[in-house]
Order: sequence, then structure tokens, then C-alpha cells
Amino acid sequence: MDPTALLLSRLQFAFTISFHIIFSAFTIGLAAWLTVLEAMHQSTGKPVYRTLFAFWLKIFGVAFGMGVVSGVVMAFQFGTNWSVLSKMSGPIQGPLLSYETFTAFMLEAGFFGILIFGRSRVPPWLYLFSTAMVALGTTLSAFWIMVNNSWMQVPTGYVLQNGQFVPDDWAQIIFNRVVWVRFPHMLLASYLTGAFCVAATGAWYLLRRTYRAEAHVMLRMGLALAAVLLPVQLFIGHLVGDYVHDYQPAKFAAIEARWHDEQPASEVLIAIPDSSTESNKYAISIPVLGSIIGSMSLTSKEVGLTSFAPQDRPPVAIPFFAFRIMVGCGFVMLGLAWLGSWLGLTHRLDRSRLLLWGIFLSFPLPWIAILTGWYTAEVGRQPWTIYGVLRTADAVTPFLTASAAMASLILFVAVYAFIFSFGTYYIYRLLRAGPAGLGGRPRHVPVPNRPMSLADQVPAARSYLEAGE
Amino acid sequence: MVMYWVALLAISILIYLLLDGFDLGVGMLFGVAGSEAKRDAMLSTVAPVWDGNETWLIVTGVIMWGSFPVVYAMVMSALYIPVVVMLLGLILRGVAFEFRGKALRSRWVWDVSFVAGSFAASFMQGAMVGALVEGLQFSNGDYTGGTLGWLTAFSALCGIGLCFGYSLLGACWLVRKSDGPVRDAARRQIPPLAIGVLVFLVVVFAYALAEHLPILKRWTDRPYLLVFPAIGAGAAAMLAKSILVHDDYWPFHMVALIFVAAFATLALSFWPYMIPFVVTIDEAAAPHASLAFMFWGAGLFAFPLMLLYVAVGYRVFRGKTAPVADHH
Repeated sequence: MDPTALLLSRLQFAFTISFHIIFSAFTIGLAAWLTVLEAMHQSTGKPVYRTLFAFWLKIFGVAFGMGVVSGVVMAFQFGTNWSVLSKMSGPIQGPLLSYETFTAFMLEAGFFGILIFGRSRVPPWLYLFSTAMVALGTTLSAFWIMVNNSWMQVPTGYVLQNGQFVPDDWAQIIFNRVVWVRFPHMLLASYLTGAFCVAATGAWYLLRRTYRAEAHVMLRMGLALAAVLLPVQLFIGHLVGDYVHDYQPAKFAAIEARWHDEQPASEVLIAIPDSSTESNKYAISIPVLGSIIGSMSLTSKEVGLTSFAPQDRPPVAIPFFAFRIMVGCGFVMLGLAWLGSWLGLTHRLDRSRLLLWGIFLSFPLPWIAILTGWYTAEVGRQPWTIYGVLRTADAVTPFLTASAAMASLILFVAVYAFIFSFGTYYIYRLLRAGPAGLGGRPRHVPVPNRPMSLADQVPAARSYLEAGE
Repeated sequence: MVMYWVALLAISILIYLLLDGFDLGVGMLFGVAGSEAKRDAMLSTVAPVWDGNETWLIVTGVIMWGSFPVVYAMVMSALYIPVVVMLLGLILRGVAFEFRGKALRSRWVWDVSFVAGSFAASFMQGAMVGALVEGLQFSNGDYTGGTLGWLTAFSALCGIGLCFGYSLLGACWLVRKSDGPVRDAARRQIPPLAIGVLVFLVVVFAYALAEHLPILKRWTDRPYLLVFPAIGAGAAAMLAKSILVHDDYWPFHMVALIFVAAFATLALSFWPYMIPFVVTIDEAAAPHASLAFMFWGAGLFAFPLMLLYVAVGYRVFRGKTAPVADHH
């Protein structure tokens, strides 16, 4: 095993999956949002919901396409860079990913065409059903991925035979407690991503004094959803912390930057962890709070990093800071959502330009929270790939050379930077143009299975908007 | 259970070859299309189906990982460079499909990446098959052939051969799905492409004889395998005839049949190995608990539904694509 190849492989995986999650999380959130809009339109008959649906459907199309192309890489990267892992855990991870492909793709592929082209060809209830099925497809995809990753975090329901993880209890693998806190955590994070992007777009239009009707609906719905979901998300996040505390004590200690066992333990709010001296610099901590957070007790003993052999400790700085950034984003979003909802209820939001600016500029927060949350989970799992069983250093393809890994990493970075900058620019253009900005030159006759062609779909979108009501 | 997943893997690979084969082929021929109008017309024949086609690659990947993890791990890691380049090619051509419609001055960038991506993906797929046929070096389950061990004259030849094969399939698809100058140009491309494929096959066979490739012995051991090349030859004859009478419908099906015959020949000459002479199907198979878990949900219910979806999708878009007006 070449240590440079190992590092490069880790960087490559982190890079490609970070890009992928940005678009997947957005897609999950938007699919749910579209379902809500269509249901609202059908139940109230208000045209504004139809306008918004057509607008966000185009953005959904572009994001969906980006999620798909960056997802193809993930199906192969386990084998190319992590051959030992794929050989050992294939009997468990392979079937889980097969279920993802077979069930999620089924629904997405089957109903995506109707979602885009079927408005005039199917009865309204079926159109709503198709929208919901696409949303279900994206959700199922997230579910199987979370089952897969949770198994790597807390491996269970297997026996080790002939160097392979052989499943002996699928129910345990799929329905264990860890999955059922982490999956909702990810799902809510995706919904919050959708909610904040929608609210930020609304705030943007109000600041520009345009599309007032649509902007109000977007702001009201986005903020209300976020205001309700954020406290739930914080609570579920706490439950996720509980599983880390119980199953991954070294990761928990790293997140807390707790170097030594403490009883009762204090909580380090902020510090600069220094692994060379095994201590924190400039620490601000609160006594006893660490025990309360860790064990809901005033007296419990909490484990410190030095209780683990140095080779079994995760890096400290990344989980420590990433976790704090994630939580910080969560609280900022909570403040914005609650304040915005309250001002909205009392009809003062239009005049609170400062808050509108805050909401507009907050659109990256859910993504930052998702990425830092994942960095906490994945870096904190180190030095293990499958926690406690298979080390990352032992999981990498043993004969991979640094030059090959470097070449592929450079190529991935170059190609992704190229296409994703165009993709995000394109989404930006759509958002800037707004719901009435369905203009642009129609180039192709839009066709199903071509997510991004949606944005070209000018005449069709416009004609059903006019004919619809 | 093992046989069920071997069959599903083989079916998935074959579906991928045929479906993504023609749209990669159209992507390569796109490079020699003379005008913007022709390019638009060519794209519109594959636009409704291409990313559905590509998902069969993922289906193949996950079936391989879940059912034959040893082979997945060994093949993907040994073929590191070609797999990565193939993926990047598929990404570039996938987004090019969509972005070229939005670009104004930079459309040529996406045209280039569409053609280059299609070539890269096709060549690498061919080269990977070639490398497997020629034999990769493994010891104790680890690849020992080096980063560029897959790259030989033979594998490069197979890469070029598959480019010809996919282009032939693509040209036949265009003949079937389009009209006017696009169809006529594609029909003129079929004979040279078909001759290219034929020359490739002869050279490969000669090379295999000259180098005493071990896989050749499978064909002398199992003469009944020759029924597949015979089917391929028959299909080639039918292809020639259908081109001569300017038939639009049959060339695609005949070339598809040639692909099926070639795939069957190759698959059965591998049998019972998955990586020739290194790992057999039974050695590679995942434990029963994994195969059974996949069978009772994904295999038994979802897979037939996926096939049904493909059938319905192609039925919706049957017939010639409406000619695209030239608005340039």
C-alpha cells in the first residue's frame, strides 16, 4: 500500500461525493416541494402554485441531471480505489446498492417522463401521483445510501467468513436504530435545503421588487417549513449524537475535543485542538455540560481521546470544527426561519429589508451544514472504513500507484469544476429570470429521460400556463 | 441462485451494449456530421433514451458488486485508468447533450466534448474487454500488471474495434430513426464501418492464433460455440442485403444480432470463468444470503419492471423522429 495513493484516493472520494451530495440533497428537497405545490394547486386551484410549480420544475430538471451524472461515478469508485473494501463488504454493500439502483431508478425513471411531459396527457390525480413517486424515488435512494453508510459506521448483522462480511441478519442491517436516526437526519437536511433555497429566492425577488405574489408564497412556505423542521432536526441531530456517543466513543471525543477522561465532563464550546500536546489552546468551556450532553447526567464520566491508542484515534480538528459549523448553521437558520415567519405572520416582512437580505444570503447554509455534517461523520470514523473492523489504510486498492491516483484526481477535479460551474451558472440564470422568465430560445423538442432539456421547454410550459386556468 | 444472477448480469451487459452502443455510436458519428441541422437531427434520435440507456451501466456495476464482489473488486481496480477515463467520457458527453442547447458562443465546446466523450467511453470499453480476453496478471487475487498493464496492442485494437462496432450500430440507428440527408449519410457510412468491423474481427482472430491466446482453446474444445459466429455471419449477410435494397428497418436489427452473437461467443468462451483462467463464477459468487436477499426483491420484482419500462419507453418513441427544422 502506497501512503500517497491512499491519501489521494481519500481526497478523490471526498471530492466526488461532496459534489454529488450537493445536487442530490437539493433534488430530494425540490421533489418534495414540487409535490406540495402540485397538491396545493389541486386543492386550492390558485394559479400561483401552478406558476411556481412550472418554475421550480425547470430548476429541478437541471439539478437532477447533475445528480445523475455525478452519481454514476460512485457506483464504480468503490471498486477502482477501494478494492479490498469492495471484496470484503461486497456481500452486504453490493446488495444494498442494488436495491437502491433497482427501486429508486425504477420510480424516478418511470415517473419522471410524466412529470415533465405528461401534464396534458394524464388526469390531474395521476400527475400528482407521478410527482409524489419521483419524490419517493429520490427518498428511497437516500434511504438505501443511509443504510449502506450506517452499516459502515456501526457494522451489524454479519459474520466474518473467509475474509468477507457475510450477512446473517438483513433485518438487523436495515432496521437498526442507527439507520433510523441518520436517515431522518439526512432527509430533513434535504428538505431544509429545498426550503431555504425557495425562501431565499423569494427574498431575492422581494429585494428586487419583482414577482411579489410568487415571492410571498415562496417566503411563507419556505420559512414556515424550516421553522417547523429545524427544531425537529436539532432533536434528531441530538439522537444522532447519542448513537455516536454509544457506538463510536473515539469520534465523540474528537467532536468534543476531549483529550482526557473527565467526570463530570465539561463542554468545550470553542478551542484550537492541538494533537501534538494532546490539549486545547484558547479553550472556552462550560463545566458539567459535557456530561449532560453526552449522557443526560450531572455526574457521568466521559471518555477522552487519550483512552484510545494513538493509531485508533480520528483526526480531531476536522470533526471538531466541522461539527461546530454544522450546528452554527442550524442555529442561524433557526433564527432566520423563526424571525422571518413571525414577521411574515404580522405582515412586516416586506419592510424588513435587512432580514430579507439575511434570508437571501442564507441559501448556502443548508449545504454547508450537510457537507460539514458529513465531514464530521466520515472523518470522525477514521482510521476505520468499517468502524472497528476494517481500517481505511487496509481498504484501499493495495497496488494502486500514487501517479495513477494523482492523474485520476486531477481529471476528476478538472472535469467536475468545468461542468458544475456551467450547471450552477445555468441554475442561477433560471432563478434570476424568475417564474415569468420562461423565455429563451426553444431549441429541441423536449423529450422525457432528458432531465436538463426541461429548461428548454419554453413553449409547452407557457402554453399550459395560459391554458391551465 | 448463482445462475440467476449470472443470467441477470449477462442480460444487463447485453442490454447496455445494445442500447448505449447505438447512442455512443451516434455520438462518434456526430463528429463527421456536416451541418448544425444534421447534428440537431442526429441528437433528437437518441435524446429521449440516452440516459435510460446509460443507467444499465450502473445496473451492471451494482449487480456485479452485489453478486460477484471478488470480480468487481479485481476488475475495477486492475482497470483503474480505463474505468476512470470511461466515466469521465460518459459524464462529458452526458452534460454536453444538455448544455449545447443552452450555450450560445461556446456550443463548439460541447460539440467537441460530446464527440470526444463518446470516443473515450467506447474505446475504453473495448480496450477493457480486450485486456480481459488477452489476460490480466493476477497473483493471489491482486492485480500485478501495473497501471498500464491493460494497454497492449491487442486491447487497443479491441478499443478501436468497438468504436467501429458502436458507430456501425449508431449509423443503423440513424437509418432507422431519421429521414432525408441524415439517413442517407448514415446509409453511406454503413459499408465502410461494416468493413472496418470485419477487418477488426479478422485481425483479432489472426492475432489470437499467432499469440496462442488461451481463450482460443475454448473454441476448439467447444466447437458448438461456432453456432454464434455462424449466426453473426448470417446477420452480416442480411445486413448487406438490406443496405443494398435501401431498407431502413432491418440494418439496425441485423447489427444488433451481430452484437448478440459476438457477446454470446465471448461470454460462453469465458465460461465457467468470469475473469478468464483466474476466477470462476462459483469462486466469485457472493454468499447465498446476499444473492437470496437480492433475488427476492430486486431480482424477482424490480428487474422485470425495469425491462418493462425500457419496452414502454421505446414503444412511446417508436418510428421516425420528426425532422428538425433548420433554423440557423
